[in-house]
Amino acid sequence: MRTCLVVDDSSVVRKIARRILEEMSFEVIEAGDGERALEICKQGLPDAILLDWNMPVMDGYEFLGQLRRMPGGDEPKVVFCTTENDIDHISRALNAGANEYIMKPFDKDIVAAKFQEVGLIQGMSSESA
Amino acid sequence: MNQLDYEFLRKLLRDKSGLDLSADKQYLIESRLLPLARKTGLASISDLVQKLRDGSSVLIGQVVEAMTTNETFFFRDKLPFDHFREAIMPELLRARTSRKVIRIWCAAGSTGQEPYSLAICLREMSAALTGWRVEITATDLSQEVLEKSKSGLYSQFEVQRGLPIQFLVKYFKQIGELWQINADIRSMVQHRQLNLLHDFAQLGTFDVIFCRNVLIYFDQETKINIFGRLAKSMESDGFLVLGAAETVVGLTDVFKPLAERRGLYRPTGTVQAKTSTLSALQKMATIGGH
Repeated sequence: MRTCLVVDDSSVVRKIARRILEEMSFEVIEAGDGERALEICKQGLPDAILLDWNMPVMDGYEFLGQLRRMPGGDEPKVVFCTTENDIDHISRALNAGANEYIMKPFDKDIVAAKFQEVGLIQGMSSESA
Repeated sequence: MNQLDYEFLRKLLRDKSGLDLSADKQYLIESRLLPLARKTGLASISDLVQKLRDGSSVLIGQVVEAMTTNETFFFRDKLPFDHFREAIMPELLRARTSRKVIRIWCAAGSTGQEPYSLAICLREMSAALTGWRVEITATDLSQEVLEKSKSGLYSQFEVQRGLPIQFLVKYFKQIGELWQINADIRSMVQHRQLNLLHDFAQLGTFDVIFCRNVLIYFDQETKINIFGRLAKSMESDGFLVLGAAETVVGLTDVFKPLAERRGLYRPTGTVQAKTSTLSALQKMATIGGH
């Protein structure tokens, strides 16, 4: 089973993300800040990381920079998931090596669309009218 | 909603737009028409139906619009856009080298996500298109959705479904809470209001027709008629793209599916026989004119 690390300082957001990701057959690991997330990554890299930007101790942007410099750290697909919704933040994230970017609020459709975009899940056809 | 109201709405939609709702689509009516009822100051679907029975033509137009507006998002279903990039455009670039013009029609352009997704595909392959003219015509029954399409304005929610983030950064500008697709992409798409039940020969001949998730609303006879007229509006080596749940198989032989490309069809050159159906439908379209 593929793993997804959810990094967000809000336990409510982590819980919502967990429910969505488990439905998509991911094993979910949680971290409340970037530093904790890095520790987890050092023990073993997940397949995907859903990453908040603003967090105490270490923010998501700093975390991403450090992750991408780790051995094998370019492997996990990183999807930002943040209330920061301006072009500047999005561009910075992409330049730092983010694969996709979700602007909160989010729902299952958005997470699925973005995970599909980066090849983490297969396309689901939307045949309903 | 009671059965009488439902039957009334079914018949109304059928007469006015060709929309053919099966007997179990109450939920669809409720989800689409309750917001409209509220907006109009009516408490329920029954009140709305009463108003329609009284013959409010403005309201009839709004009901048809609300019911025929499809949910849509950028690069919906992905596959058709892969076909467009990998099969349709390469072949047309070979076949049209002397003319250097390619005409594309989005026959249910809706709020613009489909024509703009195609425009983005074209922009991404612009190096191969130097010296070419590619026209995209987007039509829809609903003036309201066409206006939205023209504006190119989308909510944060809408730009997050199907649109890769790199394209958002590259082709959109943030305007307050909304995102607007750049003017140079908008200018690639021409908008026209059109009811597919009506004659569309005046649009000219196309190389590619996207007609996705709209024929599912029509009954079989209407579908066959529209396929026949789509074939006449298409170059003999053109491409028809249908929705994931749609097919020509068992309905008409004017198009044939491409085995290796799901959802992609080409004209066979067969002329549709049923002209009587056509004239009957045209009569109906004139009566139910929108």
